[in-house]
Amino acid sequence: MTVLGVLVAQNIAFGVIAAIMVFAALRLVTTRNVVHAALFLVVVLGGVAALFLLMGAEFVGITQILVYIGAVVVLFLFGIMLTRTRIGNEEGTDHPRRLPAVLAAALVATITIYAVVTGFGDAELPADTRTTTAEVADSIFSTYIVPFEAVSVLLLAALIGAIVIARRN
Amino acid sequence: MLLNQFLILSAVLFAIGVYGVLARRNGVLVLMSIELILNAVNINLVAFGSYVSSISGEVFALFIITVAAAEVGVGLAILLLLYRNRQSVDLSEADLMKG
Repeated sequence: MTVLGVLVAQNIAFGVIAAIMVFAALRLVTTRNVVHAALFLVVVLGGVAALFLLMGAEFVGITQILVYIGAVVVLFLFGIMLTRTRIGNEEGTDHPRRLPAVLAAALVATITIYAVVTGFGDAELPADTRTTTAEVADSIFSTYIVPFEAVSVLLLAALIGAIVIARRN
Repeated sequence: MLLNQFLILSAVLFAIGVYGVLARRNGVLVLMSIELILNAVNINLVAFGSYVSSISGEVFALFIITVAAAEVGVGLAILLLLYRNRQSVDLSEADLMKG
């Protein structure tokens, strides 16, 4: 394919993924069925992974699928099952008055979109944005070795903390 | 591809997540909306990393994925404890500290 052809294909892929993601995200925050919300979360997370791959970030994309769809969503499903007496259409998943939330979200969206549109106008991503897993590994184990170790300790702390909080007596 | 198309999508997802955090009363659904917000930030980080041809954006996205996983683990443990004590994860009922 020519360079232009690749660019058109990328933009079509982006449009399709973005439309699916926004739809799933809207359903995620409006559906009354908690399990459906978790499944819409899977769609959004998969869309994010696809965008990472589209931007050439292969390792982050694969990690997104492994960690989020593989582990976090399963954790959410366990959370739903352990805290719900009844799965299905629920009353009382939302606040009765939602207008302030809509206004706050609209305000956040307006300000952020205004800022990025005025700030980055029509800045183009470089034609080839691919990065290899080896580059990520080199960066983590040289420049970012201290944050990496800190994150490992944080994970251990979270693991122990979750067990201590959730165990009986 | 334009940088802005990623940034605008990310802003929209972030705003939807903010709506979810504010409008939901079920604790699990609030945690899911927080995941939405964190993912919007991740899109931004990777997009800016590609824009300046730096690997740092991806590394920070990986750190955020890790921290988000830890956050979900602890958050769900807290919700489990809340449910065990009050038989409900309705956040508007958890108002012991309300003046």
